[in-house]
Amino acid sequence: MTDTAGTSETADRAEPGAGAEASAAVDAVAAFIELDGVEKVFDVRKKTGFLKRERRRVRAVDGLSFTVSRGEMVGYIGPNGAGKSTTIKMLTGILTPSGGRLRVAGIDPSRERTRLAHRIGVVFGQRTTLWWDLPLIDSYRLMHRMYRIPDARYRENLDRCVELLQLRDLLDVPVRQLSLGQRMRGDIAAALLHDPEVLYLDEPTIGLDVVSKAKVRGFLRDLNAERGTTVLLTTHDLQDIEQLCSRVMVIDHGRLMYDGPLAGLHEAGESERTLVVDLERELPPIEAPEPARVVRVEGPRQWLAFPASASAAGLVARIAAEYPLVDLSVREPDIESVIAKMYAERAGA
Amino acid sequence: MGTGSGRLYAAVAAGGFRRYATYRAATAAGVFTNTVFGLILVYTYLALWDERPQLGGYDQAQAVTFVWLGQALLAALAIGGGGFEDELMERIRTGDVAVDLYRPADLQLWWLAADVGRALFQLLGRGVVPFVFGSLFFPVALPREVSVWAAFLVTLLLAMLVGFALRYLVALSAFWLLDGTGVTQMAWLAGLFCSGMLLPLNVFPGVLGEVVRALPWSSLLQAPADVLLGEADPLGTFAFQASWAVALLALGRLVQSAATRRVVVQGG
Repeated sequence: MTDTAGTSETADRAEPGAGAEASAAVDAVAAFIELDGVEKVFDVRKKTGFLKRERRRVRAVDGLSFTVSRGEMVGYIGPNGAGKSTTIKMLTGILTPSGGRLRVAGIDPSRERTRLAHRIGVVFGQRTTLWWDLPLIDSYRLMHRMYRIPDARYRENLDRCVELLQLRDLLDVPVRQLSLGQRMRGDIAAALLHDPEVLYLDEPTIGLDVVSKAKVRGFLRDLNAERGTTVLLTTHDLQDIEQLCSRVMVIDHGRLMYDGPLAGLHEAGESERTLVVDLERELPPIEAPEPARVVRVEGPRQWLAFPASASAAGLVARIAAEYPLVDLSVREPDIESVIAKMYAERAGA
Repeated sequence: MGTGSGRLYAAVAAGGFRRYATYRAATAAGVFTNTVFGLILVYTYLALWDERPQLGGYDQAQAVTFVWLGQALLAALAIGGGGFEDELMERIRTGDVAVDLYRPADLQLWWLAADVGRALFQLLGRGVVPFVFGSLFFPVALPREVSVWAAFLVTLLLAMLVGFALRYLVALSAFWLLDGTGVTQMAWLAGLFCSGMLLPLNVFPGVLGEVVRALPWSSLLQAPADVLLGEADPLGTFAFQASWAVALLALGRLVQSAATRRVVVQGG
């Protein structure tokens, strides 16, 4: 049975030794990650007096439905406490949904957590899977055993990650001595040694400097392009999404608020970027071309708001030509403000 | 459980061993502490056995041996704390345990392997020196038969299992309590007293003695000591320790599945 199913598959996928995997994948091709009315309810006990406890039900995830196809790279965003991490934990099988249907690669995560674990990779940005006291390479050797990676495959994947994530000089360094950016790259490599079909990334660039962020993003982009790894990315950094994801899902209060391209999100939220300019001296507000406008003046420094969908280049050129410009910077809208605007829109409509 | 998982847990144990081996200054300080504690206890015991020879059925040399054995095992069996449990409790409190849970590995076996690795290091790194020191400078009662030493090693292995199983339960309490300081301290006190670390359990008379000797903690120090000193039948001791190990490990599994099913993993 595996053979017949495998032949038609291997013809166009050209992935050797995919036998049983491929046959399972046939069903999952359309929707690799599938959520249908998924709920997660927590009972929270609150102290209301001496010995008195009040039980409160919290719906962390409330009727969530979406699908992600194989090879997609999707941004999953929302404010703190929106239910992002709860979703990720249900997708790994750590948490069991209170209701609804959830499948990853055709597997019910909480029922077959261990079987699923071999096919997924997880990076929690604020946590580490690496062995704190031991050299980085020791954690990788452990992954080799844990995921039963064939020796040749392990060496090949390790070499590739070491090369692309620039880990060569770090392999013999104890993890506790790594910088945050180095550790994050180390963690990403650890999540990929077993060739996961899907990678969940929970805040992979949190706390990283610009250079480290660029390295991580570049690596993820290549991974998705070359290996077709499906990526679900949770972040607070809109630039992560802008540079990596063609599709973004916004969740708040456990519900899906938006699902579509990032540009559409900006439209839906009418989000604005801010151009901060430092002039040589104190001047009256800059007369900027529509729709940009000055929102704040403080001595020689002025703040201009303009639509996130518009390019900053024209605006910058115009100001540079007409005003004594010393310095400038562009601030991206943060997710909270985009979502806040989205709410305002809906309330107004 | 195939050879694959056997190799995984062997790797985890090896990692547990090496993690502790990296902290050499801490090991040296531990050896010093155990030796000093041993000296204090030995002189106390010598005074006690001078007054009451054959107390608890031990002669003076046996009592002295008991002290140095206790110091050799204190760190290895984490009787006074200091095993994996502090780390696991911290991981539960901060939510890092989520990382342990999504792995294709069993939580209990994982930590058991890590703790056995740690125990083996501390047995060699912190246990051998005080024991040899005690044997050189004090009259001790050590067996000559290889078979007794072999039986003693088996009791040590079983003691590691029981010790782990007890501390695993302590650690899992963090899923419900979040702050496990109280439980840790109670476990620490129970460990020191009920294992025989303060006084050999055969010294305690009547019902108290009977109860303390039947509790799981007596598997940690009293049981290996009695086998080494030729005071207990090895097979009966194995059975006693193994029963506690199986019961407590099974209870640990039960609590583990309750914990992971019903309790929120911390940290959003």
